Amino acid sequence: MRQGEISLAGLLALFSLYLMWKSAELPIGYISGKGPGGGFWPFWLSLGMLLSCLAIAWNWWRGKSPASVSDEPLMDAFGWRTVISVGGGIVAFVALISAVSMYGAVAFFLIYYLHFLGRHSWLLTLSLALVLPIGLFLFFEGAMQISMPQGLPFTQPFFDVMYDIIY
Amino acid sequence: MEVFSFLVSGIFTALEPINIGLILIGVTVGLFIGAMPGLGSVNGVAILLPVTFLVPPASAIIFLAAIYYGAMYGGAISSVTLGIPGASTAVATTFDGRPLALQGRASLALVTAALASFVGGTVATVFFTLFAPLLATVALNFGPPEIFALMLLAFATFVGLGGDDIPKTIFSICFGLVLATVGFDTISGEPRLVLFDIQGFLRGIGFIVLAIGVYGIGEMLWTIEQTRGEITTTNPKMTAKGLVSDTKEAVRRGWKGTWIGSLLGFFVGVLPAAGATPGSLMSYGVAKMVSKTPHEYGNGSPDGVAAPEAANNSASTGAMLPMLTLGIPGSPTTAILLGGMVIWGLTPGPRLFVDQSEFVWGLIGSFYISNLAAVLINLAFIPLFVWMLRMPFTILAPLIFMLSIVGGFAASRSMHDLWLIVIFGIGAFFLRKFDYPLAPAVLAIVLGPIAEPTMRQSLLLSSGDPMIFFTRPVAGPITVIAIFLILLPAFKILRRKREAAAN
Amino acid sequence: MKLTKRNFMGLAFAGALTALPVTAFAQDWQPSRPIDFTIMAGPGGGADQIARFVQSVVEANDMTNRPLIPTNRGGGSGAEALLHLKDARDPDHTLMVTLNSFYTTPIRQDGLGVDIEQFTPVTMMGVDPFVLWVHKDSGITTFEEYVEKVREMDGEYVMGGTGSGQEDSIVIAYMSGAYDLDIKYIPYDGGGAVAKDLAGKQIMATVNNPAEAKGFYEAGEFVPLLAFSDERMEAYPDVPTMKEKGHDFSYYNQRAIVGAPGMSDEAAAYYRDIFGKVYEGDEWQNYLTSESLSPLPMDEAETRAYWATQVANHRQLLSEIDG
Repeated sequence: MRQGEISLAGLLALFSLYLMWKSAELPIGYISGKGPGGGFWPFWLSLGMLLSCLAIAWNWWRGKSPASVSDEPLMDAFGWRTVISVGGGIVAFVALISAVSMYGAVAFFLIYYLHFLGRHSWLLTLSLALVLPIGLFLFFEGAMQISMPQGLPFTQPFFDVMYDIIY
Repeated sequence: MEVFSFLVSGIFTALEPINIGLILIGVTVGLFIGAMPGLGSVNGVAILLPVTFLVPPASAIIFLAAIYYGAMYGGAISSVTLGIPGASTAVATTFDGRPLALQGRASLALVTAALASFVGGTVATVFFTLFAPLLATVALNFGPPEIFALMLLAFATFVGLGGDDIPKTIFSICFGLVLATVGFDTISGEPRLVLFDIQGFLRGIGFIVLAIGVYGIGEMLWTIEQTRGEITTTNPKMTAKGLVSDTKEAVRRGWKGTWIGSLLGFFVGVLPAAGATPGSLMSYGVAKMVSKTPHEYGNGSPDGVAAPEAANNSASTGAMLPMLTLGIPGSPTTAILLGGMVIWGLTPGPRLFVDQSEFVWGLIGSFYISNLAAVLINLAFIPLFVWMLRMPFTILAPLIFMLSIVGGFAASRSMHDLWLIVIFGIGAFFLRKFDYPLAPAVLAIVLGPIAEPTMRQSLLLSSGDPMIFFTRPVAGPITVIAIFLILLPAFKILRRKREAAAN
Repeated sequence: MKLTKRNFMGLAFAGALTALPVTAFAQDWQPSRPIDFTIMAGPGGGADQIARFVQSVVEANDMTNRPLIPTNRGGGSGAEALLHLKDARDPDHTLMVTLNSFYTTPIRQDGLGVDIEQFTPVTMMGVDPFVLWVHKDSGITTFEEYVEKVREMDGEYVMGGTGSGQEDSIVIAYMSGAYDLDIKYIPYDGGGAVAKDLAGKQIMATVNNPAEAKGFYEAGEFVPLLAFSDERMEAYPDVPTMKEKGHDFSYYNQRAIVGAPGMSDEAAAYYRDIFGKVYEGDEWQNYLTSESLSPLPMDEAETRAYWATQVANHRQLLSEIDG
């Protein structure tokens, strides 16, 4: 935890510096007669972020925040495994959308989570993974008229059939 | 008492069979759309706009207003049961609604939200009926300096909201405000902060992207990691008797927040640039400030649910006022309603009350009926939403993730934003581990886009002289109060230190 | 029937077969998917209203076999919408409702790499003229009085608009140049907000489309002084035009529907047919009259030529503002 606290503060300080540099593309000063320029607000607020990071580092050095005096690891092996398997699942979910469409990705994600992480039976898993995407399709495309992303060309025939059904 | 004869005839218009049918359908549809994270009243109203070609204009707007109301009630459902604010107006509802749900008191939170919404909506409608033209004049007197002062006040009411770690709270506020400036600078007409030169950032970073990332993904990851996946929300039970006792408790412990929210929400909602979100945030802040037990806030206080919920319903009724009387939309939803009125050949504006009084009063009458219908339908569905919470966590969790992603796309229609949601979610998890409070960042991204342009417009008006915020008759007092409130915690600390030194 | 994978595929195939004759033979081309109807502005503005109006007419008369899906992509002053069309995965189902940021945004943000002349012209629904408005309490009733007042205030005369490089700022910049006026310009994020602040007398004058000021005009709050149209407008017969004042200048906001670059000719023909019918229908003709839009029907070749001249004009006008 102790090491994590200062590393995170350092990382955020770097990000603040990047934001300051990027805001400086527009005028960051007070233009006389016109008030602040376009970069004024983000620049000085990013400076605020940077100063907060310095204050966090100062508190860390003095051992004022709980994390800075804790010798515990950030997470144990089990914790890391949980976060990586769940977080990774979500990343894979979003990455799959462009390949197998939103509804396909929903189905894969549900199978992965329910069966492999949740240890539910195949019956429950598959019925949810089939019913929910179809339900979502009817809700979004049919009722709400919102088109969700479609996948690579091989998903087209499925969509064409579904559209013929609902319109 | 001309108003009352108009009102009675308006209520009769709303009670015609076709209209009452449309109200019931509209409220139910709105409730479910609002309960879906990422979808809000604006989606519901936009989709049903074409349908309304089939019925007379008065029925059409009654229908759309019913959807609008239903969705405002529905927003609380997602905040309480899923912990994701479905719309910016329901952010503050999560602060206490979520803790209540985790304590197994989801039904109390939902009943409180429903009742508070009802009171808020009704109080606002009464004000609307009595003072519409007068309030329209007040709204016009709010120029950029006044709106900025009001935003300052909204921030001020939230000073006490952050965690104990002051630098981390300040970091969070600044971070939210900087994110709000990404995209495009209206004042200079130039692209700004297009991060890493990725063109997707041109569209800016919406509130909903940050909120779904932080609450839908970050907070969920944190819960799963903390509880090692063993969590089941302490079995919420739902019986008729429970509902009655919840109602009693909601009234007893939420009435104060309800009144604060109803009054404050309405007045902020009437101002076109502000709208329902600052109204609900300020009501939460004020309710906490005047409360005798402020420590309960954030840990499941019914007042903390009631204040923002009463306010957002009250404010959405308020937002109809500038739309009808001035033809100015106070929110994206009213913007689309306004488009609808143009489609039907009506000209919203100062003459609408005179030229189309039957239409206007029919609508006002329908507010009363819609509100009543919404609270009854909402209460009837509460057992269903509570039942959803009884699902095993290993089923509920993937459903929440799924709704976050699907709803996130529905709200933004952009893959770029979907990736941002994931990045914010994972980032929020680590920030949460190190006790960075994230609610201030979410508030900042809501208020920032109103605060920054109004500040700069004011300074353009005054040729760069900041005294404009102090010398204008309306802006001045608001600014002074806001600054006083911001400095209040510092005074308190100083006094405590001095007392400690004296001892 | 047990639903095996094979059965399912069979069903799908049968479904596709029954659908085929309709799509293949009834007409040359028909959309097979919902049609992306991108609006290059946020909810509430003129373009948004028009898009939703057109969508409602199409829907109410059941004119397409797949729905139009209006989506606001107003980010970066329309840059988001332009990029969305440029990179459209399915150009045959991607349309956009434009305003003049269609011309100005690619010029002002040349990093976008958008060349609008590659877009597909579909239908020109009309053009929206601009009018100079003041509040009735100012006592100003003619353009001459206005010019005098602005000169007298010497840089303190405040006007509001929708931002540097936007339509109204171009008009104001031209007017200031022609009459040597020094105006303080406050940008807002939408025409509605501008009208509201004129009604509340936070600003002294605006240049706005009639649709956005109509309510206040009818209530007698706003006074029109000058129209930037080619001829006097029907709804405001007493308002002189800039041309009458001896300056060869007119300016309109384009209300057009365009297709993504690379849209097939069949698809473009299909959409031209649909929106042509909408254009001729009573609903739209009434809308043109009530909102004071001018008709400007054009075919594809004319539209392309019109785009080229508009791009050249805007390049000129914008360089005068920035320079």
